[in-house]
Amino acid sequence: MILVKIKRVVKSGASAFWRNPIVSLAAGLVMTVTLFMLGSLLLGSALLDSSLSQIKDKVDVNVYFRLDAEEEDVLVLAEALRGLPEVASVEYVSREQALENFKERHKDNSLIVASLEELDDNPLGAALNVKAREPSQYVSVANFLDESAALGSGGVSIIDKVNFNQNKVAIDKLSEIISAVERFGSFLILILAVIALLVTFNTIRLAIYTARDEVAVMKLVGASNNYVSGPFLVTGALYGALSAVLSTILLWPLAGWVSKTTGNFFGAIDLSSYFVSNLLQIFLLLLVAGIILGTISSIMAVRRYLKV
Amino acid sequence: MKNFIEYQKVVKHYPDSAVVVDNVSFSVERGEFLSIVGPSGAGKSTLLRLLLGEVAPTSGVVRYAGVAVHELSRYDISRLRRKIGMVFQDYRLLPDRNAYENIAFAMEAAGRTDEDIERDVPAVLDLVGLTKKLWNFPRELSGGERQRVAIARAIINQPQVLVADEPTGNLDPQNTDDVMHILKKVNDLGTTVLLTTHNKGVVDSLKKRVITISDGKIVRDDEHGKYEL
Repeated sequence: MILVKIKRVVKSGASAFWRNPIVSLAAGLVMTVTLFMLGSLLLGSALLDSSLSQIKDKVDVNVYFRLDAEEEDVLVLAEALRGLPEVASVEYVSREQALENFKERHKDNSLIVASLEELDDNPLGAALNVKAREPSQYVSVANFLDESAALGSGGVSIIDKVNFNQNKVAIDKLSEIISAVERFGSFLILILAVIALLVTFNTIRLAIYTARDEVAVMKLVGASNNYVSGPFLVTGALYGALSAVLSTILLWPLAGWVSKTTGNFFGAIDLSSYFVSNLLQIFLLLLVAGIILGTISSIMAVRRYLKV
Repeated sequence: MKNFIEYQKVVKHYPDSAVVVDNVSFSVERGEFLSIVGPSGAGKSTLLRLLLGEVAPTSGVVRYAGVAVHELSRYDISRLRRKIGMVFQDYRLLPDRNAYENIAFAMEAAGRTDEDIERDVPAVLDLVGLTKKLWNFPRELSGGERQRVAIARAIINQPQVLVADEPTGNLDPQNTDDVMHILKKVNDLGTTVLLTTHNKGVVDSLKKRVITISDGKIVRDDEHGKYEL
């Protein structure tokens, strides 16, 4: 019997959805705004997170060595750095490698290529590219380098320069900007989402308000509260499902547009391909959110008219 | 059963309004056909709503088969209503459901099986003469047809009591006769009928018990009454 009842409730909720297409569409569209907000929030934070980690990843400490530094001394220092718990990786760039890289970078500039050929000796020193595990740990890496700067055969520092401090300022600024944007954006979207939520709730309430006489009739015919309100919950869930489909469709071009306009600036993930590869998860999340939103709004709305 | 339905010193007043039902006592036997007449606002509908548990009495008690209605839980009220069929002046059909579904809803609410529904609904529509309007929505039916669907819905669960609140109020004489004919038939099959009306012709032709109320009080109670004020 319970199965028969569930079947009847679902059937009558679904038929109420189909038989009032205008009301269903209106409620679905309003809920689409809410879910669209939610989806934007999701995509936005994915974008900002990945840009932030991308930028953090670009942070490293470059140690440039003097031209007369012995390769052995450099390798010893590299080993010492690898031994530090803060250090994630150390990349050694030999003088020859540095020259190759330089040539490769400037191969289109004939003036530079020509001047390099004029030189007898390789003008570039060896370098170490050091990556820390956390951005905050660069300070201690830099300190270590300062202290060990005296190392080297002959008591002269083999380090020409450490380009940490210039990078640090830029990196700190960028992280600050990103986290500010993230906070402000979430705040704004949250407010908009709350507004959309209230509008959704009111729309469903209006849709049910028009059916309040029916609720009274059903009660008078002897239907229990659960049996009366069940179909409204199903209808509310269907509004949610409809709006999940609509908002997923709407998010697609948004993701494409964002990735087109900001792709170069953020240099992070391609939002459009992120969206496509996570399409199923995003849709399921919006679907669950929509169904919960729709049913809860319906419960709250229909409860008022059950007291007959 | 002598006191099948019993009103005992029932008083009802709504907030901010005068007394609607004033110290009313009467009882109804099983199988009886009782007409309650009186001018608009006399309290007729309130008497019926008290029986259905739609409103609670300010004082006094309404008993159905010995049970005080306003003491029932919500769940038991739902069960009670399945034993009482109801017909209203404004039909109160579900607008988004066709005639078949409107009647089927009452059976679904009572927890009847799909087989019962498929067997009984066409039969009851035949009883009220609407076999051809099975799939029509209320908006596609005339007033008289809607009322017949409403009666079909009211009797589909074989209720012990049929309560009809001004069922002919919106109908022309021909449809009024049809509806009254159906109500009498239902009563002949053993169902207790409570009818409120202010249609003199309807009451006079019935030759059944009539209670006349005015300003919330019973002014006459005649075994084979007429509509007199």
